[in-house]
Amino acid sequence: MTVVSSQSQPLLAAVGLSKTFPGTRALDGVDFELRAGEVHALLGENGAGKSTLIKCLTGAYRRDGGDILLDGASIDPRDTQEAQRLGIGTVYQEVNLLPNLTVAENLLLGRQPRSFGLVSRRETNRTAREMLSRYGLAIDVARALDSYSVAIQQIVAIARAVSLSGKVLILDEPTASLDRDEVRMLFDVVSSLRAQGLGIVFISHFLDQVFDISDRITVLRNGKLVGVREAATLDRTQLINMMLGRELSEETRDRGRGGFDYAQAPRIAFAGTGRAGVIAPFDLSIHRGEVVGMAGLLGSGRTETAELMFAAAPRDGGTVTKDGTPLKLASPRDAIAAGFGFSPEDRKTSGIIGDMSVRENIVLALQARQGWMRPVRLSRQREMADDYIRRLGIRTPDAEKPIGQLSGGNQQKALLARWLATNPEFLILDEPTRGIDVGAHAEIIRMIEELCASGMSLLVISSELDELVTYSHRVVVVRDRVHVAELIGEEITTDSIVAAIAKPSPVQEAGT
Amino acid sequence: MNGTLARFARRIAPQLITLAVVVAMIGIVFPGFFDISIANGRLYGSPVDILNRGAPVALLAIGMTLVIATGGIDLSVGAVMAICGAIAATLIVEGYSLPATLALSLGAGLLCGLWNGILVAVLGIQPIVATLILMVAGRGIAQLVTEGMIRTFSHDGFASLGSGNLLWLPTPVVIWICAGILATLIVRRTALGMLIEAVGINRRASMLAGVNARLLLVTVYMVSGLCAAMAGIIVTADIRGADANNAGLFLELDAILAVVVGGTSLLGGHFSLIASLIGAMIIQAINTGILVAGFPPEFNLVIKACIVLAILVLQSPALQGAAILFSRAKGQP
Repeated sequence: MTVVSSQSQPLLAAVGLSKTFPGTRALDGVDFELRAGEVHALLGENGAGKSTLIKCLTGAYRRDGGDILLDGASIDPRDTQEAQRLGIGTVYQEVNLLPNLTVAENLLLGRQPRSFGLVSRRETNRTAREMLSRYGLAIDVARALDSYSVAIQQIVAIARAVSLSGKVLILDEPTASLDRDEVRMLFDVVSSLRAQGLGIVFISHFLDQVFDISDRITVLRNGKLVGVREAATLDRTQLINMMLGRELSEETRDRGRGGFDYAQAPRIAFAGTGRAGVIAPFDLSIHRGEVVGMAGLLGSGRTETAELMFAAAPRDGGTVTKDGTPLKLASPRDAIAAGFGFSPEDRKTSGIIGDMSVRENIVLALQARQGWMRPVRLSRQREMADDYIRRLGIRTPDAEKPIGQLSGGNQQKALLARWLATNPEFLILDEPTRGIDVGAHAEIIRMIEELCASGMSLLVISSELDELVTYSHRVVVVRDRVHVAELIGEEITTDSIVAAIAKPSPVQEAGT
Repeated sequence: MNGTLARFARRIAPQLITLAVVVAMIGIVFPGFFDISIANGRLYGSPVDILNRGAPVALLAIGMTLVIATGGIDLSVGAVMAICGAIAATLIVEGYSLPATLALSLGAGLLCGLWNGILVAVLGIQPIVATLILMVAGRGIAQLVTEGMIRTFSHDGFASLGSGNLLWLPTPVVIWICAGILATLIVRRTALGMLIEAVGINRRASMLAGVNARLLLVTVYMVSGLCAAMAGIIVTADIRGADANNAGLFLELDAILAVVVGGTSLLGGHFSLIASLIGAMIIQAINTGILVAGFPPEFNLVIKACIVLAILVLQSPALQGAAILFSRAKGQP
């Protein structure tokens, strides 16, 4: 498939690229190499460093260390425009063109052909038609961009990027909102660009598409390079292992998790909970002192499951019972009143109140449950905050520091403290260890085990399979918005989880 | 406790200093400014005048601070003043008792706030657009209530709310100070203030932590409506008549300015009612100062704009960043 031999000099290369944000090392000495005439997939779970790598390559971020070579020469783009001029163009998932301008204007904005100093509409349209004909697209370029489907808009965006840059094309989740035929159409365009010798970076979390179009695959995890493979020699299971980071040392689990007594009645039971187009109806029950792990790839429906359970998103029917009594859950408030807690995946936008102090963040849920009329006294707040800071080892100079200035791991611990303060019976933790350093990671896992020993019921969603294997009594596997498997006790191994995730979807088998 | 007090002092220091500078400047151009005398059982003098004339903006600033703290804005307060003033004047003319008149006009303010709150919190319309509706419609409603004329009345009890005395001070001063203290106590002695700030900083995270963000938003818009009603009643009582066209005209802008000068970010989050009230007094001091300094009236708005600009530039993050850099540069050899 590749036109240029692998020995030739890479078109674009990153060598030892590093980028640090306060509290996290987003990229840690990552190497990346793109050849002319190849489609190179960049894969990894959330927080793996994909988007940071892309942003460093396209000048949206300045790197802290390492080098970027384009045609063998070191470059240091200050912004995306400079990167574009050098030859690196990007197309994002959300097409960032101007929807109410015409297709032609979008294609040629800023460099429209002029006559007598004025923009010539006719010339603009003619040039635009020529550009699009190269992509096999014969559409009316004088119509507004948003009158066309997202797929067409994507291709217009690609045409614009290629005509501006012309060496490297980065496609960031281009297929996320396309249907099957549209994906086909887009891939035809990508293939023809590859034949013309462009280097194309393809980011997607649809593994079928990745195998369909890519020549090589680079996998990142936790800001580090996991490996580069030829797509033709890699199978799904190996790829998922790389992405989810199974340690190769076959660590046996002897935590005594096997003998959980399922004879007793569950504490919380969901039946037929689901939402059309979001997650298929599922049954899930959790016992006293049980940790249920939830595994699945990004976008598989893990987070959606958690949000439905916590009533943070609307459900289509289904019932919830607690100790046999039905619960009416219409909002997170109801869920909290019933003794639920939920630490969401996206700490920044859904977890912390960034400008508020650690103390206020810790008491927030308790205060909200008590109502505004019954304030938690300031002295009690301080006592509680100091107590949790000590017990959970939250590293902060004092309880009055704004939580936004803490590192990710310490924010996570403070959010855990927020829920512990409400003394919940059922706690949902969505990716509690994402993006935090190794030390804090181990502490959070230790806490999960302590909580469960004290009788709390936990649902923990994680991409780290080793972690799930360590603390789960049971693991639910989610794939393509369906709960597809439930592993209990001795069945839980990283291999069995990977196998359940990797099984290609039946639709796929039927289709190809 | 000492730490809390020190933090509070640090928080309102810029506003107090600004107020002192503005007042000192007026004192320089107009030496008689600080003369205060007692006559007819009340204090007279320019400082008292500032406190009195500043009453409507101060009252509006209380509600506006809470709305802005949630990340919203209430453009309708000037129009709500007109509505409530018109209702009050009409009812008193119709012969309703004073308590009934006050209760109904304050109720009208709450209703206006409820309308805004529902648009913002339930229908999810952007606050600036949602309150713009009532800003435009409100004045029309007020004109319908007064039937297009200036509705005058003669009722000494009602008029005394605008021009009477209480505790050696003009009644409006006592009203806004009491409202300010009451609001501060309610907000800070309960958890309301913290919950409002939480919703203003991160509504989704607050909701997921169990805060009833929707109810809270409706409540702050209702408080803002109530404050506007009080301001409208005072203005109407003061001139003994309801002027649907001019009552509270552009006062929403002064109220927003008072909050901003008071150091509360328009993005929402941490707020200080006391600082906003000082901000309202700063604005009134500028208004009064320009008047007593004897500038031709056509200069008023321009001078006011320049002074406000200067205050905001001094508070701007860019300048504060520069100040930090400067102090660091000095610190290094």
